[in-house]
Amino acid sequence: MATLIFPQEFSPINDAEAIRKACKGFGTDEKALIAILGHRNATQRKMIRKTYEEMYKEDLVKRLESELSGHFEKAVYRWMLDPEERDAVLLHVAIKEKPIPDYTSIIELSCIYSPQELLVVKRAYQARYKRSVEEDLAQHSIGELRKLLVSVVGIYRYDGDEIDARLAKSEADIICNAIKSKEFNHEEIVRIITTRSKTQLRATLNHYKDDHGSSLTKHLRDDGEKAANAFLGALRTTIRCIANDPQTYYEKVIRRALMKSGKDEDSVTRVIVSRAENDLEVIKELYYKRNSVSLDHAVSKNTSGDYKAFLLTLLGNQN
Amino acid sequence: MAEANAYAALTKAFSGLGVDENLFISTLGKWNRHQRQSYRASTPGFFKEDERQFQRWNDQHILQLRQEFLRLKDAVLLYTMHPWERDARVFKEALLLKVPRHDVLIEAACTRSSEDLLGARKAYHSLFDHSIEEDIAFNIQTPERKLLVALVSSYRYEGPRVNDDLAKSEAKVFVNALKDGKKNLIEDEEIVRILSTRSKLHLKAIYSHYKEITGKFLDEDLDGDLTLKQVVQCLCVPQAYFSQILIASLKLDVDESAKDSVTRVIVTRADDDDMKLIKEEFKSKYGTTLTAKIEEVANGSYKDFLLTIIAKSD
Repeated sequence: MATLIFPQEFSPINDAEAIRKACKGFGTDEKALIAILGHRNATQRKMIRKTYEEMYKEDLVKRLESELSGHFEKAVYRWMLDPEERDAVLLHVAIKEKPIPDYTSIIELSCIYSPQELLVVKRAYQARYKRSVEEDLAQHSIGELRKLLVSVVGIYRYDGDEIDARLAKSEADIICNAIKSKEFNHEEIVRIITTRSKTQLRATLNHYKDDHGSSLTKHLRDDGEKAANAFLGALRTTIRCIANDPQTYYEKVIRRALMKSGKDEDSVTRVIVSRAENDLEVIKELYYKRNSVSLDHAVSKNTSGDYKAFLLTLLGNQN
Repeated sequence: MAEANAYAALTKAFSGLGVDENLFISTLGKWNRHQRQSYRASTPGFFKEDERQFQRWNDQHILQLRQEFLRLKDAVLLYTMHPWERDARVFKEALLLKVPRHDVLIEAACTRSSEDLLGARKAYHSLFDHSIEEDIAFNIQTPERKLLVALVSSYRYEGPRVNDDLAKSEAKVFVNALKDGKKNLIEDEEIVRILSTRSKLHLKAIYSHYKEITGKFLDEDLDGDLTLKQVVQCLCVPQAYFSQILIASLKLDVDESAKDSVTRVIVTRADDDDMKLIKEEFKSKYGTTLTAKIEEVANGSYKDFLLTIIAKSD
C-alpha cells in the first residue's frame, strides 16, 4: 500500500506556474514545492515536467537541481525522475562509487525487483548511458566481487514456485562444506546463490538453518582485509534480499539508516522515494511492529529542515 | 548397365543428408523380389554376406537411416517453432548430452540479438522450470563454466555508440595476453569480462584494432584455445563461423552432430540478412555456392526444404 497522497484531478499548467513562481527571484519557496510535488504521483509529475518545459523552455529537473541543495535536493531530484530512470541513475552512481561500487544498492535493486522490473531498468540504463549496466559494472569492479555482482545483475532467475527438496538439502550441504573449508569465495556458494530461483534458494537456506543451527549470513563472516569483507558483505546482502520479502528487507535498511550515528540519509531517501508509491505503508507497519515507534516519528527525530518536511509528506503526513 | 545406374541411384538415395523419397517410389517400389536381391548382392557397402546365407544389412546403417528419415521432420519443426522456443530447446538438448555441447551453447548465446537471447531464456523457464543459467552452472564443471554462464546471461547494449579509445585499450588486453603466452585464457577475468559484457559493435572494433596492431586476426591467433576462438568468431564474424560449420558438415561421411548442425544453422539463420551474408561468405571463401553443396550432399524432401529456405534471401 502506498503512502503518497495525491489528488485525482490536477492541472499541470497551474502546477508548472506555481513551481515557476516558487523558484523565481532570490531564494526558493521550498514549502510550496513540497506542497505540490510531494502530492503528485509519477504520471502527474511526468506531465508537470513536460508542461513546464513547454511553457518555460527549460528542464524542470535541472532548474530544481540548481535551486535546491543538500539532502533535500537529492531527494527531490530522485523523486522527479521516472521510476526506471531513477533506478538507472541510482545504479550508475552506485557503480561509479570509489573505492568500490556501492554493492548494497546494486544488489538490492537486482534482487528485490522482479526480472521484468529489472529488465525495464536495464533498458532505461542503456538508453541513458549508451552502454549496458553489466559492462559498466564489470569495468568498475574486480575479482570475486565483480563476478558476484555481474552474476546477480545479469542472471534471469526462474520465478516459479516449485521446490526440489532433495536438491535443497544437497545444496545446503555443499554450502556447509564450502564454509567449513574456509573458502568463502567458493564457486559453488556463488553458483547456488546467484542462479537458483528465489523459492528454491529459500528452501535451501531453511535447510541450512535447520541442519546447522544458525542462518547462513551469520556464518559468512570473516576477519580479512577490506576486499574480502566487501565480497562477503555483498554475499550476505544478496542472501538477505532473497530470503526476505521486499518490505521486510526495506524495513531493515531504513531502521539501520536511521540508527547510525552518522545517519545514512542516502538510504533513507532511497527507501522512502522509491517505495512511497508502492508499499511504504506496509514498511511503516513493519517498522512500528519492530521498533514500537512510528517511522514518521523516527524520521522526524533524525532529519531536519526541508528534507524532513519532504520525507514526511511522502510518508503521508498532511501538515 | 542400366541396372548399375539404378543401383547407384538407390545407393545415393540412402546416403547423405535426408533420403530421396521419390526415388524409392519411382524405382525401388517397382522392383520385384529378385531385383531387390540383386541390389543387395551388388551393394557390399550396405549388405554383408551372413554365415547363415543371407545378405544382412549393416546395423549402423539402419540406425543411421532412421535419423535420415527423421531429418526433414526435425527441420520442419524447428523452422515452424517460435525462435525463442527453438533456442530454448537447442540449449536444453546441448546440455542433456553426456558430454554437453559447449559449441552449441556458445553459438546460440553469441549469435542471437539481446532480445532474442532474453526471449530464449524466458522460453526456457516455461519449458523446463529452470533457468538456463542454473542448468549450465550445475551441469558443467569444467573451467569453461564461468564463461558460458556469463555469455548466456548477457543483455548487451545494441545501440550505435562505441568508445573507440576504450576498444583500442581492450584490444591491447588481448594482444598482451596472447603475446605473453598466458595459459588458461578462458579463466582470465579481463577476457571474460570483455567478451561477455561488451556490445557487439564494440567487440568488432576490438577485432579491427587487434588487426591493426598485430597484422593478424584475433580468432586466428586463438588457435590455442578453441573455445575462445569460437566465442570471438561468433561475436565478431558470425558469417565466417557459420560458413565454416556448413562446409565441414556438408559432407557424406560426417557424424550425427555435424549433420545436425546443417539443420540447426540453416533453420536458425534463415531470416533477416544473416543467410544472405552467410551465402556470400561461403561463396567467396570456398569457391562454390551453398546451394551447390546442398545439392551434392542432401536428398529428397529434406534437400528441397533447405534449398527453399535459403532461396528466400535471394
